[in-house]
Amino acid sequence: MHLTIEFGGGLELLCQSVKIHHVDVDMKPGEDKLAMRDLLSWVQTNLIKERPEMFMKDDHVRPGVLVLINDCDWELSGQLDTLLEEKDVIVFISTLHGG
Amino acid sequence: MEDVKQKNRSRLCSICNDKKAALKRPKTQEQICRECFYSVFEEEIHNVIVDNKLFKSGERVAIAASGGKDSTVLAYILSELNRRHNYGLDLFLLSVDEGITGYRDDSLETVKRNEIQYGLPLKVVSYKDLYGWTMDEIVKAIGLKNNCTFCGVFRRQALDRGAALMRTDKLATGHNADDMAETVLLNILRGDIARLSRCTLITTGEDGPIPRCKPFKYTYEKEIVMYAYFKKLDYFSTECIYSPNAYRGFAREFIKDLERIRPSAILDIIRSGENLRISTSTKMPDQGTCERCGYISSQKWCKACVLLDGLNRGLPRQGIGRTRGAVLSKDREQIRTDSEMKGSISQSKPCGTLDF
Ligand SMILES: [Zn+2]
Ligand SMILES: [Zn+2]
Ligand SMILES: [Zn+2]
Repeated sequence: MHLTIEFGGGLELLCQSVKIHHVDVDMKPGEDKLAMRDLLSWVQTNLIKERPEMFMKDDHVRPGVLVLINDCDWELSGQLDTLLEEKDVIVFISTLHGG
Repeated sequence: MEDVKQKNRSRLCSICNDKKAALKRPKTQEQICRECFYSVFEEEIHNVIVDNKLFKSGERVAIAASGGKDSTVLAYILSELNRRHNYGLDLFLLSVDEGITGYRDDSLETVKRNEIQYGLPLKVVSYKDLYGWTMDEIVKAIGLKNNCTFCGVFRRQALDRGAALMRTDKLATGHNADDMAETVLLNILRGDIARLSRCTLITTGEDGPIPRCKPFKYTYEKEIVMYAYFKKLDYFSTECIYSPNAYRGFAREFIKDLERIRPSAILDIIRSGENLRISTSTKMPDQGTCERCGYISSQKWCKACVLLDGLNRGLPRQGIGRTRGAVLSKDREQIRTDSEMKGSISQSKPCGTLDF
């Protein structure tokens, strides 16, 4: 699945200061849907290069990290359960960096 | 039709019932669209300003600008509201250059862009000019421990001096509701009753030279960041490269954890702080002026002068609290001094964040 992933608010520092990533996420065999829950661990493994605890806490994004899917607060779409579609744009913004 | 995504996840705005909701408000749990968000966000801040009589027409107001999200949004909103509601304020940006290479110099570039974008004049005061030392030089002299004591004391005074230099009537800072809740919590943890009562005040220092106010006292950090994101406001976000305050970090994390479980927790903590006006015999020390520099101080010399004197005499630990191995009774005394040194806890943000 082709997705665009953006980091902001200082989170980009965890991935070598690259803000925008165009990625292809392989689906699990036999599955055609990707949930945000799965994407988070994919991002953690494939994009985050340092201080992973700044990005995730347990199986969730760290509290204080805002998530938008196609410019919509993911709290409106079920957070971890949100199902992604081809070409979705997912933005992660930290509120914890800098005043 | 690739870009028209008919997702069942899209819902309508609960205010206008017309556009697609873009965010969930932490305060009210309402789902609202971008345009409705802009108007409720801006009008709430306007109401806070009016209800609390934060400004008077004709006043010269300095916005403490760090280039970070809070002060950037504050500068944008205040200039917008000043125009829209005819506050009659003479606004400008006031920044402190601590002299931290790779951090403050970058964030100052952001403030300089804001100066142009929002048409607000900018005044920068530097540690080097005021104290003869940059933070980089201070850290070289004292190491990474305790440098936030210097940072905090010097910054607070630098803002006041910059404001005085610019004949300012009031200083507005970007402290938001999350910061406020965190400060309430820290003052409870420290058992600092006197500061607990004062730390929730929206305006402080009315008896001092330049009162400070916090128009974002009730504004959630989430909404400030969402606003900056949707409006594409230009802000800077990196941590201070010199040791952030870990203790404060834990309090922050606790607040964020609470917010996830119950978003109203942040406002609830502020209200608790407001209600905890315990009558106490603990009097705040009488304010005099520093014999050396004339800044307000309860001691002969103000904190900045004590620290500076230590630095200049090659005794950089002078004026810094706790020493290892202190005996118990002495330790108690040290804690007192320590808490006075960090007295700005009701006011200033930690060095880990950029705002004042
Ligand atoms: Zn609406
Ligand atoms: Zn002094
Ligand atoms: Zn610092």
